Amino acid sequence: MIPSIRRSATARLVYGLYIAAFFVYLFAPLVVVAVFAFNDSRFPSPPWQGFTLDWFVGDEPGRLGLFHDPALLRSIGVSLKVAFFVTLLSVSAGTANAFLLERGRFPGKGVLYVMMLWPLVIPGVILGISILLFSSNLANFIDDRYGIEVGFLRPGISLVVLGQFAFITSITTTIVLSRLKKFDFSLEEAALNLGATRAEALATVTLPFLKPAILGAAIVALLMSFENFNTTLMLVGSESPLTIHMYGMMREGTTPVVNAVSLLLILGSGLLAALAAIAASDRTR
Amino acid sequence: MRSEGRLALWLLLSPALLWLTLLIVLPHVDMVILALSERVRPRVYEFGFGNFAEFFKEPLYWHTFGRTVAFSLLATLATFLVAFPTAYYIAKLMRGRAKSLAFIACLLPFWVSELVRTLGWIILLRETGVVSTLLLDLGITGGRVEFLYNDAAILVGLVYSSLLFMVVPLVTSLDTLDDSMIEAGYDLGGNGFDVLREIVVPHAVPGILSGSIVVFMLTLGNYVTPTLLGGKNSLWFTEQIYNQFITRFNWQLGSAFGILLLVASSGIVWAGLKLSRQSLGTVIGR
Repeated sequence: MIPSIRRSATARLVYGLYIAAFFVYLFAPLVVVAVFAFNDSRFPSPPWQGFTLDWFVGDEPGRLGLFHDPALLRSIGVSLKVAFFVTLLSVSAGTANAFLLERGRFPGKGVLYVMMLWPLVIPGVILGISILLFSSNLANFIDDRYGIEVGFLRPGISLVVLGQFAFITSITTTIVLSRLKKFDFSLEEAALNLGATRAEALATVTLPFLKPAILGAAIVALLMSFENFNTTLMLVGSESPLTIHMYGMMREGTTPVVNAVSLLLILGSGLLAALAAIAASDRTR
Repeated sequence: MRSEGRLALWLLLSPALLWLTLLIVLPHVDMVILALSERVRPRVYEFGFGNFAEFFKEPLYWHTFGRTVAFSLLATLATFLVAFPTAYYIAKLMRGRAKSLAFIACLLPFWVSELVRTLGWIILLRETGVVSTLLLDLGITGGRVEFLYNDAAILVGLVYSSLLFMVVPLVTSLDTLDDSMIEAGYDLGGNGFDVLREIVVPHAVPGILSGSIVVFMLTLGNYVTPTLLGGKNSLWFTEQIYNQFITRFNWQLGSAFGILLLVASSGIVWAGLKLSRQSLGTVIGR
């Protein structure tokens, strides 16, 4: 509060009400999603017909709960698989990029840095279609020329992984880079002076210092991969990840099972957000 | 240079080069080539601007494009108007623990998938939804009202999904405004509006611009919010691109559309950066 400036009681009240309305706007959609996951009705909408856990554990046809819905469970499996590979690849590449930008001395480094940020400016749909047509053309070329069918260049899990990797690596790079910039190089020199090899110095001094950032980058990569829709939509094959499956359900109209999945997603991302916050606070020490 | 150092440099450089060449540069080059391939006979293509001519010939295409750009500008403005009072409140009128809690509360919904947030809006706004039921029960409306599948619903959803990217830069830039500047404004006889126009807003310009750039970019490329909240009336350009690629299988026209969207998006980002004298790194590298 700026104490020297007086405002009328009405002005303060109106402003306070606006802020309250703002936070209602912010949380209302999440609250209704959570509440209607427990509604004993065939549709995720009012009226309230009593509490049920059917949309989680129900196994009758027409009231299939999340844990008994094979298509839904399969799509969660696909998302986890994609997220695992995207996280692994984008964190490794991001860490290498951070070292390259911080330690490497070569011409064109500034241009390379801007290039690395550029994928974040490309709309997700465009990133998806450009990778789709490039890989398809490449696959067609190999097929025509050598008669070999390269399956991983056709729409499917492998292309989804590559598409997500293409922009998530920009994010992991900036996270690891900002931590590496704070590293005191003399610590590594001390290790070298004490007889450590370069690899030993890296493993015992530098990488432990980077651990919180690498962990944070991994959490962010996992979450962004799991939740990605735009790029994935263009590259998806016969196996749908969760977001694509949910989109189909929402377009066609669905039972509250979609609320049950959403509630799990809310809890899952809340947990990851908390972990990321812990990793970030660890970073300041 | 020592050969060992050279080897290390190449080892570190190779993932970056592979990533940027194979997944960013070459696919975009390919997209440009495809967009400039005109169909002369079935399965025969020649260099030409036919796909872009097609875009201007068909009113549905350029109408959808113009609408998407204009709508995104409107959504950016609306996001700013909604976010600014809150950002000012958090930055200037709150202190200590309450302030950091309010700030974190603004970030929380955005950790959740966009689909989940959109599902929330569908449950709130549809004809049998929460808002319609509430208005009926309170006797404000005589029957059920469909709030979904119109432009207002799309706008509400777009502003909602953009708030984070506006609130954060606004709070950051307003935090650095010294309270005594505001006091001085009042001491010199200004009223609340004068102080806002002459002191607060000019100080927040870098935050406003970087927030607007990111919001515009994300809105223009959005797919889920317009298609789910707008239904068949959404007329969003990303949906046109999807239709050309996946439904019609006309990749040449789809590529031309992709380039138009990319140019509009990068053009606005570039103009915004020039206007605010910021670099890409400071705006999105946060």
